[in-house]
Amino acid sequence: MGEVKRGGDLDRRAVVAALLEDRRDLLVVTGLGSASYDVMAAGDHDHNYYLWAAMGSACMVGLGLATAQPERPVAVITGDGETMMGFGALASIALRLPPNLTIVVLDNGHFGETGMQVSHAGSGIDLDRVAATCGFPKTGCITDMAGVNDLKASLEARSGLGLYTVKVRPENPPRVLPPRDGVYIKNRFRAALGFEPI
Amino acid sequence: MLDEDTRPPATADWRHDVYRVLKEHAVKHVVYVPDAGHSVAIELAEADNEMHSVVLTTEEEGIGYLAGAWLGGERGALLMQSSGVGNCLNTLALQACARFPLLMAVTMRGDWAEFNGWQTPMGRATDEALKLMGVMTWQADAPEDVAPLLHGAATMAFNGDAATAVLLGQRLIGEKKWVK
Repeated sequence: MGEVKRGGDLDRRAVVAALLEDRRDLLVVTGLGSASYDVMAAGDHDHNYYLWAAMGSACMVGLGLATAQPERPVAVITGDGETMMGFGALASIALRLPPNLTIVVLDNGHFGETGMQVSHAGSGIDLDRVAATCGFPKTGCITDMAGVNDLKASLEARSGLGLYTVKVRPENPPRVLPPRDGVYIKNRFRAALGFEPI
Repeated sequence: MLDEDTRPPATADWRHDVYRVLKEHAVKHVVYVPDAGHSVAIELAEADNEMHSVVLTTEEEGIGYLAGAWLGGERGALLMQSSGVGNCLNTLALQACARFPLLMAVTMRGDWAEFNGWQTPMGRATDEALKLMGVMTWQADAPEDVAPLLHGAATMAFNGDAATAVLLGQRLIGEKKWVK
């Protein structure tokens, strides 16, 4: 695995704010923990679905949503630990190849929520390379804001299944908490797509 | 989609009933970890251009997937073996908190004439484990019970934003022949 760099130099809040600025049709699913706070900090939105539990599920929620809404671009924004807990999901998603799904892994190389223990990614597992091996047509490791801006430009394009690791600093900015009422978030999200509660 | 006149009659084959009932409830996503008891339903779903059939590496992936499909306005069902229920337990919190329809069909191990005792601990705990996590359950041990119980479970899932499971017992599935 060569020389290991744990996390990176990017500011996670600046990364997520840049990715979501002036979003149009984008539907966003967040993994629990810091990624949810980052997306909330960028501005609450009816088209955000925040997970507060079910660690490891964010990518699969994204797959189900992308499959049911093929005309919409879907972004999963999550952390490296959350992605690793659903490792097999990368294989399941690669078999489906939804062209409208992009997974953005904010890789700080640590378990930020639980005391900054070093994570698998921080010990050298490159999730974008795992995704490439699984068959994701678009993958990459982003280490600067120019790369973030390039990703932003393609996020709504529905031009192919992608997974990008974005190397962010191992730090915990002040928490910005999204709503915790799962039924409320669900109904709000569905209503914004034109679906009534049952 | 099967034509009206080519549909198998109810209970002619419970394995076809699983697919037929899902179809009648407008299920668009069949997500599964394979099991021999589900093989007919999986084959029919794979052949159905109006259904997405999604193979999983582990069963809890299906819960996230179906939550996402429902956010996107569509219904699905999770097919798995009882051992997979153990893999799902923490992820069932997603359904408990978000209250989306979660319909599951579970082929049983360890509930009758089980040859492989390693399947028995999770099999014996399956029903109670599901109930502990707030899932409503019904067990079918006779072929004629599969369609009505699955219909009932689907009705209560999709009309009640509930988690429901039909357990397909080993007396229904038949004894697995280990030594031929």
